[in-house]
Amino acid sequence: MTDVFTKPELDRRTLLRRAAAVGLLATPAVGMLSACVGGGEEKTQDQAEGAKSDTNPLGVDPKAPLEIIIFNGGLGTKYATDVDIPSYNKLFPESKVAFSETTEIGKVVQPRINAGTPPDMVNNAGAGLMDMAAIVKAGQAQDLTDMFNAPSVDIAGKTVKDTLVPGAYEQGLFDGKPMVLNYAFTVYGLWYNAALFKKNNWTLPKTWAEFTTLLDQIKAKGITPFAYAGANAAYYQYLAILTSAAKIGGAEVLKAIDENADGAWTAEPVKQAAAAWAEIGAKYSDKKFSGLRHTEVQLQQNQDRVAFYPCGSWLENEQAKDTPAGFEYAVIPMPSITGADKLPQTAIYAAAGEMYYVSSKGKNPRGGMEFLRHMLSKEAAAGFTKLTKVLTVVQGAADGLTVSPGLSSGNELVKAAGKDYFGYRWPELYKKLDTECQAATNELMFNGGTADKFCDRMQKAASAI
Amino acid sequence: MRHGKYPFIIGFLAVPVTLYVTFVVAAYVQTFQLAFTDWSGLGPISYVGFDNFVELWNDELFWRSVQHNLFLLLALPIITIAIALVFAFLLNVGGGHRGGTTKGVWGSKVYRIIFFFPQLLALAIVAVIFGRVYSPDDSGLINGLLPAGWDPILFLADKQLAMLCILAVLVWQSVGFYVVLFSAGMGSVPTEIYEAAALDGANRVTLFFRITIPLLWSTIQVAWVYLGIAAFDVFALVNIMSVERGGPDGATSVLSLMIYRNAFEFSQAGYASALGVSLFILTLAFAALTLRVTRRDAVEL
Repeated sequence: MTDVFTKPELDRRTLLRRAAAVGLLATPAVGMLSACVGGGEEKTQDQAEGAKSDTNPLGVDPKAPLEIIIFNGGLGTKYATDVDIPSYNKLFPESKVAFSETTEIGKVVQPRINAGTPPDMVNNAGAGLMDMAAIVKAGQAQDLTDMFNAPSVDIAGKTVKDTLVPGAYEQGLFDGKPMVLNYAFTVYGLWYNAALFKKNNWTLPKTWAEFTTLLDQIKAKGITPFAYAGANAAYYQYLAILTSAAKIGGAEVLKAIDENADGAWTAEPVKQAAAAWAEIGAKYSDKKFSGLRHTEVQLQQNQDRVAFYPCGSWLENEQAKDTPAGFEYAVIPMPSITGADKLPQTAIYAAAGEMYYVSSKGKNPRGGMEFLRHMLSKEAAAGFTKLTKVLTVVQGAADGLTVSPGLSSGNELVKAAGKDYFGYRWPELYKKLDTECQAATNELMFNGGTADKFCDRMQKAASAI
Repeated sequence: MRHGKYPFIIGFLAVPVTLYVTFVVAAYVQTFQLAFTDWSGLGPISYVGFDNFVELWNDELFWRSVQHNLFLLLALPIITIAIALVFAFLLNVGGGHRGGTTKGVWGSKVYRIIFFFPQLLALAIVAVIFGRVYSPDDSGLINGLLPAGWDPILFLADKQLAMLCILAVLVWQSVGFYVVLFSAGMGSVPTEIYEAAALDGANRVTLFFRITIPLLWSTIQVAWVYLGIAAFDVFALVNIMSVERGGPDGATSVLSLMIYRNAFEFSQAGYASALGVSLFILTLAFAALTLRVTRRDAVEL
């Protein structure tokens, strides 16, 4: 989730093709599929088990080695090596934790699943992540019920499940069973440079009319008022559209889309939101952003050439290296579109994301679960937030931390929203629909699309699933 | 020493044939098998008959991708071969006939290196570089050169232009190799033939069309097959350069990219295999057709 950066696939096949020049059979794309075949046959490994105790509620074998693999993206891997592994080793000093990182989780882990030797704990994230539903369906993910019901490592008297923010546990349910931990708590909104806004005395908009008035003022200054990266991150924008839709019609609007209900995409709130955003795209943005990548647009925002940018709270950390001194990330909720929105203006899209699962067919699934339990300790969660500037699903773990302006701003957003936050899961449930929606969003925002066209197109694609 | 012949041949063939069977033939067989399953890429496999192919038939993006592949299949060889032939001619014969030898135009040795240079760059690097060249704002090389006040050209973000932009890169990258290939071919044409034609009063254009092309025909035929295969596999360029991966809105989608995305992103390895099978059939059909259509009596030298 934190990184939509698409790593280019290097073309070593070209070389082979020229060298071989056996010519006629050189359609190498066909062959690459079979690189990962071999699943199907069941292999059961000996799985480590130790005696259960108060400090070891999951029955981890204290001597068994543990293998974890972390996606190296916007969050980095320091939180795992510097916070989580030491926490685990404090309790099990004799267990050797083998740590590895990758930017392409699927390419590394999928062949190992099919070979029957998956890593024990996998951070399934990034652009190359594996389809979580497929992993669960293939019986490769460990049921995490025991872990969530175990006592928390350092929050006395509570089970792990009780320490989480509402909705975090539910986000990982597959057929009613918790199969995956969504660890990062990401807040979405419109990001801007607080210093720039202060300098120009721009007031933050609450209603749509205020929003467009402000965008006019920004435009008059010669700054692009609003932009997102159409080339590879149009999902930031469809998230903005659907956030507005949920504010107009309530979270049920998103639930209907998740359930792929008939007419979910053509519902009135979705149409209203799409129409309002289409106008922003046509009047306050520029077609050229449809061909730019997220890094380029974010850089332009750092240079004060773009004012508002819809994004999640990983933005500040991702841009840390490029943010000039004096640039102060801050975030506001999407302005209310109608005067009769069902949810208040403070309502936000906020969701648990960044998946961590334990391999059911690994050598040490108990150790994998225990590792997750350590990640969910208050101490480890605070450590994660300090290192990544991203909140976790552990309730209150970031309270009192002053890490950065963007994190504080995001934390305030969560507090102001209270119970009014929502999310959706359809992009991970129907990955093809996500691709379709990115294209439809670019059409709507940049290529003269209309709300009706957008809704009809999405409904048609959704009905075809 | 006839008795030693077979061990000798087998000794040479064993390793390459084993490699070929393991990594090419076996992979193909498995792909054909997977095309009839609904395998996600993980876990159990179950057979679904021709369902994948029915879905394929009704998949609008599949047909558009086929169209794009066919467009490249026509445009890439024609443009590349035409440019490469002209360059090779100029480099080798274009300087005219002087003192008993035919020469290329002045400075042809330098040009030869320049033309070949793109060939030395990995395709992925070429794709990244041209991504910058085509950037749709003033940071792009081309848009940065436009006079201030002009609207930037969207290039890869423009549905009409995107495919042409990718084609241009493909041509730019391939031309050098075929210049060298054709130069080698021209080098083997005896200079007497050119001399005789020149004595008969043939100008450069006549030389090119009446002498060079007929004598190079078999080389051109090979070039056509190679370029056709390259046109079927533009994966690296499209994957790295195009917006929305194959966009805008499917405007640059090609079969190899569809295979990749279905197999590794949409968890539909079975469907991807069906796509692979159709790509296989298309490639075979193309190769057979090319060899048949371009068959001519070779000119013996």
